[in-house]
Amino acid sequence: MYDGGKIITGLIIGLLALFLWPFFYDRNGQAGVSPKPELTAKAKEAGQCVAPTPYMREYHMQLLDDWRHTVVRDGDRYYDTSEGTWHLRVLGDINDAIAGAGERHYKETDRKIYYKSLQVTCMDCHSNKSKFCDECHDYMGVDPYCWDCHIEPKENK
Amino acid sequence: MLEKAIKGDQKYWGWIVFLLLLIGMGFAFYLYQFKVGLKVTGMSRDVSWGFYIGQLTYFVGVAAGGVMVVLPYYLHDYKAFGRITILGEFLAIASIVMCGLFVMVDLGNLPRMLNIMIYPNPTSILFWDMIVLNVYMLLNLVIGWNVLSAERKGIQYQKWVKVLIYISIPWAFSIHTVTAFLYAGIPGRHYWLTAIMAARFLSSAFASGPALLILLCLIIRKVSTFDPGKEQIRTLGGIVTYAFVLNIFFLLLEVFTAFYSQIPGHMHSFEYLFSGFEGQASKQAPWMWASVVFAIVALFLLLVPATRRREPILAAGCGAVIASTWIDKGFGLVIGGFIPNPFERVFEYWPTTPEIMISVGVWATGFFILTVLYKIVVSVKEEVAG
Amino acid sequence: MMGVDRREFLKIAGLSGLFGLGGKAAIELLAPGEVEAQLSSAPVMKGKRWAMVIDAHALDDELMDVCIRACHREHNVPDLDDPKVEIKWLWKEEYPHAFPGQKHEYIGDDIKHSEFLLLCNHCTNPPCCRVCPTKATWQREDGIVMMDQHRCIGCRFCMAACPFGVRSFNWGDPRKAPEEKNPDFPTNVKYPTRSKGVVEKCTFCAERLAKGQLPACVEAANQIKENALTFGDLDDPASIVRELLRKHYTIRRKPELGTEPNVFYIV
Repeated sequence: MYDGGKIITGLIIGLLALFLWPFFYDRNGQAGVSPKPELTAKAKEAGQCVAPTPYMREYHMQLLDDWRHTVVRDGDRYYDTSEGTWHLRVLGDINDAIAGAGERHYKETDRKIYYKSLQVTCMDCHSNKSKFCDECHDYMGVDPYCWDCHIEPKENK
Repeated sequence: MLEKAIKGDQKYWGWIVFLLLLIGMGFAFYLYQFKVGLKVTGMSRDVSWGFYIGQLTYFVGVAAGGVMVVLPYYLHDYKAFGRITILGEFLAIASIVMCGLFVMVDLGNLPRMLNIMIYPNPTSILFWDMIVLNVYMLLNLVIGWNVLSAERKGIQYQKWVKVLIYISIPWAFSIHTVTAFLYAGIPGRHYWLTAIMAARFLSSAFASGPALLILLCLIIRKVSTFDPGKEQIRTLGGIVTYAFVLNIFFLLLEVFTAFYSQIPGHMHSFEYLFSGFEGQASKQAPWMWASVVFAIVALFLLLVPATRRREPILAAGCGAVIASTWIDKGFGLVIGGFIPNPFERVFEYWPTTPEIMISVGVWATGFFILTVLYKIVVSVKEEVAG
Repeated sequence: MMGVDRREFLKIAGLSGLFGLGGKAAIELLAPGEVEAQLSSAPVMKGKRWAMVIDAHALDDELMDVCIRACHREHNVPDLDDPKVEIKWLWKEEYPHAFPGQKHEYIGDDIKHSEFLLLCNHCTNPPCCRVCPTKATWQREDGIVMMDQHRCIGCRFCMAACPFGVRSFNWGDPRKAPEEKNPDFPTNVKYPTRSKGVVEKCTFCAERLAKGQLPACVEAANQIKENALTFGDLDDPASIVRELLRKHYTIRRKPELGTEPNVFYIV
């Protein structure tokens, strides 16, 4: 290649610049700030969500999907925390298989019964959607369509 | 062989660009519909299916019509059709693509389209329609491509292709029968609730499909050195005529049952479509009568073999067949099922501008695919001949 | 640990791969299908074939308006004020149009203009459920023809199949309903709205039955006239609907079609 050395060097520098610039571009200290979802007073008082917090953080989508399926299609509107969703149960079983029963990664909660509803139950504690749900969702760039139908709690902004 | 589609003269490229412009315009209107919702169409709570579904129905027929070339050749050894089976098969592909697109633009929630595969319901005819239409498209694609490649290389195609061909023949009948079943099993819509719906669909398919094919053959003859053949076109003309006569016969059977029995439910849709309901003149009536006029003209032009043999007259007759069947099936059929509504009221329907523009975009897509495929066919035929 | 042998490596890699996949993809392999949570600590109305009996003699404009308002407000049904795109779960219809098979020339004006309350009949043999390609509408074990708006693709085949015209489609976004007609929309913040592109209809207030409450329309009607609308289980010979059906002559809409509607009108 004529002038091959120069071209390849230029290409490498150019591509490196193209792919690495986001790591150097800091939007007034805003870039790369991890989300900090806030709990309402009510949520803090409750202490625990319908499932252990590590599970909710990672799998609340699966829980909501299970809820919307079992509520609407099976008519099963109440959630027993001692039973959990099938997803939670299977994860627990896998965890038991790997780490041995008793070494649960996700700790069990006191048995409680909740009405399965994003709008009525979840948002009752997490009524600060813009400071809780949206914090992580906006950061991750996800736009769940739940809110097309399920009514968001009114917030005093 | 795909590279054959990007080698063409100015007229070819002009046509391609024109189609692409129409596709772009249709897509832009679709984005508008996607954002605002289907209320930009003329459909309503009472007439919940309209132009899109009518067009879907019509083009399933055109797709099935391709079998009228394939069947005589493969089952009855009518050697002349060997020249043009590929044209029927590729027309079927373009038509099914249009069908699929018409369904997609009609869906209220297109992102959930795959639910029909994730959560299938075997009692739903729509589920089976999706299967048979997609399989038919694949069949034609695989068959057509292999047969054409073999022809280009001057060899005989593989034996397994023959198996697929034999499957595609009854399958062609099945696609339009299943589509007819979408309508024929619905208890509340008396215009549709008839045992001969599938028979009517098939007869109009076997008239409109080959009619379109004839017109396309005449165009091919004009724009290339490949001649589909005088005998082929003549025989197709005969097929169109028989099928069209049968189609009209079936329609008259329906009219007889409705009006001799005097059952209100059976008569009302006919009354609405051809004149009006309870004093109110209908918007559809002029179009339905136009369909009748086209049908009479078509019969006049096509019935007598001596005149049908003359290609200009045949072409005019085919145009009339297409116009007549298109109005009847692509428009009247769907509307007649919904008007009068279950409360015996008339709520009028007419497609809106966005609805028509989106439909134009879909037609343009179909014709784009057809042009590309036919360009390949013609180039291969010319290459083999030269 | 010195080298891991190949079998052990594959075991660990496989399991961690599954775990790492997370979510449904991995779990489906191990637990296909759903497991139902059994719970009966909450009050629930249980039945095998829910039905409604409407006493046409008890219906008047005020009562019907109250019922419709209760239903539509409970379920955030918008008032779109346009017959082209309107959404109605419960509505009034004149006799000759509610029962077109029954009308004749000599009906008295009173009867001709009398109005009936119309809603989904929750048929025992529903054609709408047969045709739905995704089972977004289906018949529950208790007879209710239910809607799953999470699954509906908006094909509107159910609307074509319903012989009674009880289904409505969201041609646009219901939240964009005209404000003058819907000043306090959504009227029930405990119930979702729908989005554009899905079909909706009366669901016999399945969510209220699950709490041991009667359907909203029945409850509202009872405030004005006891038993104008009654709701009960046809499978229970002692239910009020069975009692009324034994005592009174009732008609249903288009019974000749064999869909077996479960809304009866005492005439």
